[in-house]
Amino acid sequence: MAASSAALSLPKVFRPVLGLGRSGNPAKVTGGSMLHATVILVTPPPAKYGGRHTVTLIPGDGIGPELLNHVRELFRFSCVPVDFEVVNVNSSVATEDDIHNAITAIRRNGVALKGNIETNHNMPPSHKSRNNLLRTSLDLFANMMHCQSLPGVQTRHKNIDIIIIRENTEGEYSSLEHESVSGVVESLKIITRYNSLRIADYAFRLAREKGRRRVTAVHKANIMKLADGLFLQCCKEVASGYPDIQFDSMIVDNTTMQLVSKPHQFDVMVMPNLYGNVVSNVCAGLVGGPGLVPGANYGTNYAVFETATRNTGKSIADKNIANPTAMLLASCLMLDHLRLHDYANMIRGAVLTTMNETRLHTADIGGQGTTSEVVQSVMKNIQSGGPLTTEQI
Amino acid sequence: MICLKRSAPSRHLWKEGLISSICTLVSRVVGAMKSQASHPRTFSRGLQTVTLIPGDGIGPEISTAVMKIFEAAKAPIQWEERNVTAIKGPGGKWMIPTEAKDSMDKSKIGLKGPLKTPIAAGHPSMNLLLRKTFDLYANVRPCVSIEGYKTPYTDVDLVTIRENTEGEYSGIEHVIVDGVVQSIKLITEEASQRIAEYAFEYARNNQRASVTAVHKANIMRMSDGLFLRKCREVAENFKDIKFTEMYLDTVCLNMVQDPTQFDVLVMPNLYGDILSDLCAGLIGGLGVTPSGNIGANGVAIFESVHGTAPDIAGKDLANPTALLLSAVMMLRHMGLHGQAKKIETACFDTIRDKKVLTKDLGGNSKCSEFTGEICRRVQDME
Repeated sequence: MAASSAALSLPKVFRPVLGLGRSGNPAKVTGGSMLHATVILVTPPPAKYGGRHTVTLIPGDGIGPELLNHVRELFRFSCVPVDFEVVNVNSSVATEDDIHNAITAIRRNGVALKGNIETNHNMPPSHKSRNNLLRTSLDLFANMMHCQSLPGVQTRHKNIDIIIIRENTEGEYSSLEHESVSGVVESLKIITRYNSLRIADYAFRLAREKGRRRVTAVHKANIMKLADGLFLQCCKEVASGYPDIQFDSMIVDNTTMQLVSKPHQFDVMVMPNLYGNVVSNVCAGLVGGPGLVPGANYGTNYAVFETATRNTGKSIADKNIANPTAMLLASCLMLDHLRLHDYANMIRGAVLTTMNETRLHTADIGGQGTTSEVVQSVMKNIQSGGPLTTEQI
Repeated sequence: MICLKRSAPSRHLWKEGLISSICTLVSRVVGAMKSQASHPRTFSRGLQTVTLIPGDGIGPEISTAVMKIFEAAKAPIQWEERNVTAIKGPGGKWMIPTEAKDSMDKSKIGLKGPLKTPIAAGHPSMNLLLRKTFDLYANVRPCVSIEGYKTPYTDVDLVTIRENTEGEYSGIEHVIVDGVVQSIKLITEEASQRIAEYAFEYARNNQRASVTAVHKANIMRMSDGLFLRKCREVAENFKDIKFTEMYLDTVCLNMVQDPTQFDVLVMPNLYGDILSDLCAGLIGGLGVTPSGNIGANGVAIFESVHGTAPDIAGKDLANPTALLLSAVMMLRHMGLHGQAKKIETACFDTIRDKKVLTKDLGGNSKCSEFTGEICRRVQDME
């Protein structure tokens, strides 16, 4: 007690450096299962009165609202001490008020769970992608995606286990474009030393924490000599500080070719924004599709969780056929981030049991189950396995 | 800083527009008249000269293999071997040797083996030089699953058409301040129009049902938006072919799950580079993938896209499949469909039989044995 009050008296700035959480207690870094990401950089917000956390929820478009409703339902059922502050973002209006409200809510709560917000690419360039705006405003510089083959899901390649770390704020997604002459458009790809070092450092720290052996940087420095050359150089610099982890690099087109033929050679991969988009979608496809992989976006102060491939799923919205696995596993990542590991492991275990043992699959992975059936099965697994649920009290 | 070549003065645009619309009309009429897919120029009469660039490493041996097979098939091709190692021109600029350029300008068709990328030679990559010299604006890679060379993906049958001159590979980069680099991605109306037109014409000439434009216009609104707009405009003139648009990430996601849903894909440079290699990986790698580069003024250079493999050069171990399939693509481009089918079938039959295969395909035969087997099959088909 004395130690924590002494720690509390330290200026706020020093606490993260000394590995202390906001409450002044040393932040526990748990190794744990391979599936949850304990990020050393981000300190989660403390629980409010009653030990309950408040998390911003952005339903988004397409399948987002229905999947997030299922998440809420599941959390209520499992007595998870998380309250959701729902912020709706209307993607069709031109004003950016909605997304700025969402950003303010995330700044307030520190953590968010979101569905994908649709971007109509036929709108003029002044109408920016809402998702991108959110990521850059909150400086969520690292996108982490852990692709693991699920034994119960039929895929061409088995036993894939790749972590993809993608720079999330700059690169080709800088949204800096101009038409210099009529009919000639220039789009700027920005690579900075600061962000490249930051993402490389994040990648190596994560690799070390999770006991991974190898980090591969994906680039196209043979063509984009200055831009990707800088990225590669930064990765090499950071790699020299981690002699226990092997570092190599691969050109992006060769990477995609190797991924579809020999995916087991990859361990941890780090790359700039656009290549991250391509590689993460290829890997998600390899392990079974967009409905299975959760993704996390981390910044120094905020964390936002969503599905890894960020699909809106407009064509399957409201049909009760979407796969809730990705969103449920994303909510588990969120619970891990909030240090509610017991709840995270409980829900994750139940979801994986449904996928691998009960094998209740939705249409996207070759089954015939509906979304609600899968969620019911997860609830049943929780009820039979874990602590008391609302129905038993 | 813009490349001045690209800003065409507006007074030429109406002329170009008129010419291009006439050309489109003509190609539509010609395309409608054809029953079998063939290029407007047919070379069924007389010998057609083709500039052969053997290349480095295993290049010479696989080129010899292809020449032998073509001889066995009695294809009406006359080969003209040329070397394209860069020489310094009068102005101090690097260029390809005049004999090579003249030969290509005359024959308009080229077949190229793998070229070594020089590290300290001082001159830029040969592939880049060739691309610039002949304005090779379209890179076409048909990816068809090879029965007999097993990969986790079966029934792949798609074509990637990649814009080859601009986009992210314009090479325009600057260091703004120390630690901040900007790389410029250039998209122009003319190049986008040109590649879209080529894609639709290719689809029509080869009886492909749909063309999909791959883009990232949700993020790169103006650049990919321009590309997409041009594709849509060109699609209006090709109502017989289905046109769809898809985000790059969705294409990647669906490609590794179910590649059979794709037909012809058209896209800017970087996405094309990544996707074409992804598709090559689906069918078995660069050792079995053909590739063609189409240029302005009717020039076309077909090539194998694998490396020079210096470790097996000269040992009769190389696999000529990639160059052979590219040569077959060349025959199709010239309208010699019968010959093309014959050689292709012989090659696929040999691979399917699995009796005589080179090491990379899983056997232990020599290149000459593999070539001999294909020649035998071709002759048997007579």
